[in-house]
Amino acid sequence: MDGLTTAKADLTVYVHPSKSNKLADAVRKQLSSLLFTYDELFDGVLLSHKISFQSNHAKILHGLIPYFGVKVRAKLLIFSPKPNMLLEGKVVKLSKESIHVIVLGFTSAAIMSEDIREEFKYKIKHGAGCFASSSHKWHRIKVGSMVQFAVKRSLKRCRD
Amino acid sequence: MGAELMSNDMAEDGYISDSEAFDSVVQVLDAVRMAPSLVVQSDRDQYDALLSIVDPGKKMDSDKEALLVTALKALTGAVSKIDIIFHGSLLSNIFAMRIWNYGVDARNALLELITSLAAVPDKFLDGCLHMLVSNFLPPERLLEFESHPRFVVKKKEIHKQLHMALHYITDLVPLAPMKLKEVIDRSMPRCNDAKAKIVVFVECMLGVQTDDIGEFLGNLLMAKVVDLLTDLDVNITWEDILQEEQNKGIFDMELEDLEEDVDKDGKDGRKPLEDNNRAFKGNAFAEKLDGLMVVVCEHLKSRADDGRLFQEFGMLMDIFKRSVLKLHKSKFAQFIMFYACSLDPDDCGVKFADILTDVFVDKCEDPTSRMSAVSYLASYLARAKFISPPVVMRILKRLVDWCFDYCRFQNVQEKIINPKFHQVFYAGCQAMMYILCFRMRSIMDYPDLRSLLFHMPLGFVLSHALDPLKVCLPSIVQEFLRQAKAARLFNASVPSIYENSLESELSKAFGGTERLDMFFPFDPYLLKDSDRFVRPNFEFWSMVKTTYSNCNSEEDDEEFDDLDAPDFAENIGSYEDNNIGFESEDEDDLGYSMNKMSITPKPAFQFPMATDFQIPSRMPARIRPSVSPTW
Repeated sequence: MDGLTTAKADLTVYVHPSKSNKLADAVRKQLSSLLFTYDELFDGVLLSHKISFQSNHAKILHGLIPYFGVKVRAKLLIFSPKPNMLLEGKVVKLSKESIHVIVLGFTSAAIMSEDIREEFKYKIKHGAGCFASSSHKWHRIKVGSMVQFAVKRSLKRCRD
Repeated sequence: MGAELMSNDMAEDGYISDSEAFDSVVQVLDAVRMAPSLVVQSDRDQYDALLSIVDPGKKMDSDKEALLVTALKALTGAVSKIDIIFHGSLLSNIFAMRIWNYGVDARNALLELITSLAAVPDKFLDGCLHMLVSNFLPPERLLEFESHPRFVVKKKEIHKQLHMALHYITDLVPLAPMKLKEVIDRSMPRCNDAKAKIVVFVECMLGVQTDDIGEFLGNLLMAKVVDLLTDLDVNITWEDILQEEQNKGIFDMELEDLEEDVDKDGKDGRKPLEDNNRAFKGNAFAEKLDGLMVVVCEHLKSRADDGRLFQEFGMLMDIFKRSVLKLHKSKFAQFIMFYACSLDPDDCGVKFADILTDVFVDKCEDPTSRMSAVSYLASYLARAKFISPPVVMRILKRLVDWCFDYCRFQNVQEKIINPKFHQVFYAGCQAMMYILCFRMRSIMDYPDLRSLLFHMPLGFVLSHALDPLKVCLPSIVQEFLRQAKAARLFNASVPSIYENSLESELSKAFGGTERLDMFFPFDPYLLKDSDRFVRPNFEFWSMVKTTYSNCNSEEDDEEFDDLDAPDFAENIGSYEDNNIGFESEDEDDLGYSMNKMSITPKPAFQFPMATDFQIPSRMPARIRPSVSPTW
């Protein structure tokens, strides 16, 4: 599958003083709040992370609440599909106009009818819709089948 | 042309085929998909006609509704053609529709359109979720019929459809629950909203929790509901509850208990009962809380019936520790924990007690949490009928052991003790005494538990230099000593009579500003509708059998009172040497009194002053004279 990359990042995570006795948990929680959201820094969606602490020292910020900055080295798994990459996904919905697919279990994509190969025609078989190939008799796309497609355009989501 | 085409055709043949409707709608949409100034007037008119069909504000008769169904179905097929900017007014019309106003067909068509719109990547998801969540509540005019049976049926139907729609959207867009969280947060009713609104919305919300997508949302929805509960709770003042005239039935009994509780616990947070003529102070919050408690309890019951309660209980405990434990002004919200435990006493009930004990003994927790936790524990073990005496003893042993260890490592030199320094210890001692006030008698009924109780270093702890008997709430101390005396729990080292005050300066000192010395969170429940969930499992003080009371009557007590004269203890000095090794600091070896808890009095009873018998015999006050043997 294209689009999946691992990266190493040196990060500074700012932790509230009340969490100082459970530091690893606090840092992981902070990083986990970024999961499954698009981040501009990483230029992709963060899927998983693994952290290791760089040093035992942390600088305390000045201010009303003395947050302290912990230096962390993180190994990140990032998903950033670019146009023309090939991705695989599972079909969840079929209609005459589009095929809806879920990629990697968390992101959805829609393949419009104009982008589907000519050979596939929409038919209703046994009460459910499917795209049947006219050239290969047994090649059918139904709900639950895996399809491979090229990325045409990815919409970057902003964190609200 | 779209609407005209459709209405013309309908006039001609009486129906229009789906594909024709679809084509006409697609035409209309395409025609408007450009800058407004470029749109041809006839196209604009058709678009407006479409808008007038899909109009949320319109009252629909069956014809118009059929037209609406057709239009919606056509739009469902054409979702990919809908543009967020050019078709903005159409979208806002769709999202403003209230499914409560329509019949089954229109509802289904509308929900299908919404789910299809949500599946279009990245465009309409927010709007769709918002539309569904705002449909949790019926329109204002229907809210007044909230308790009407037909409304209830319709409400259940619609809520089910909404849950299915949300479920379907989550299947298509796996990250929808993340957005749903935010949408629900924005739409959630506040504590100042109408009761019907709060109740209906929360009911639907908890239905979402029950659904599969509840797993993605975790304990979020429940946490929001508990926050709402506590918000309502802290807004109720005691005057609101006591002034309720129409609830005389329940409250009379409660007031009885209150009276007894006032005597026993000295809770001066409650106003004197003679003061009932105060102006009625608007107990809207109490009513809302009542309604909401009913909804939450019913939800818990349905989870228990599904066998999913234990799972949910873990989440509830987290929410409780975070939101409710440190909230000392809450009066009734904590009863959801009580009810949840009563549904599954062996697992959830015991787990609750264990977790509270863990918080109490944990050095890393802050003192306020520890004191709250032990107050919760004491009130819970005292009031929960479904917790068996063996469990109570196990927890009590942990408390006593902790207090004992605490005492052993104290080197108290100074004469004047500052209760603030040892506040956690005093809270623990008070908790032990409170539990035993309620449970001592039932513990005595189990021989092995009785011996366990007598072997606990309770006397050592209570007569330690830290002087918990002086510092803890006097009414509790008094009651406990009275029962302990009747049960022969201690010997003379622990004083049996104390001055008759309701509270002392010292107890105020250890209680702190939150008055944790008078914090009994599971005191009698006073909300009328939800009372039916709590009452069957709740132990009222008036129902508690104490060690000094007799099943028959109170007079028997007085009869035997002389026998229990304090100087009696001094006369039986001889037994101390003969009994279990008494050299240890442990002064609770009064195993002898266990033998005395029998119905048959010994002959020596007739000669109370005789000291030349090995085993002392003192008639416990529980003897019923009618069963005395003939001698």
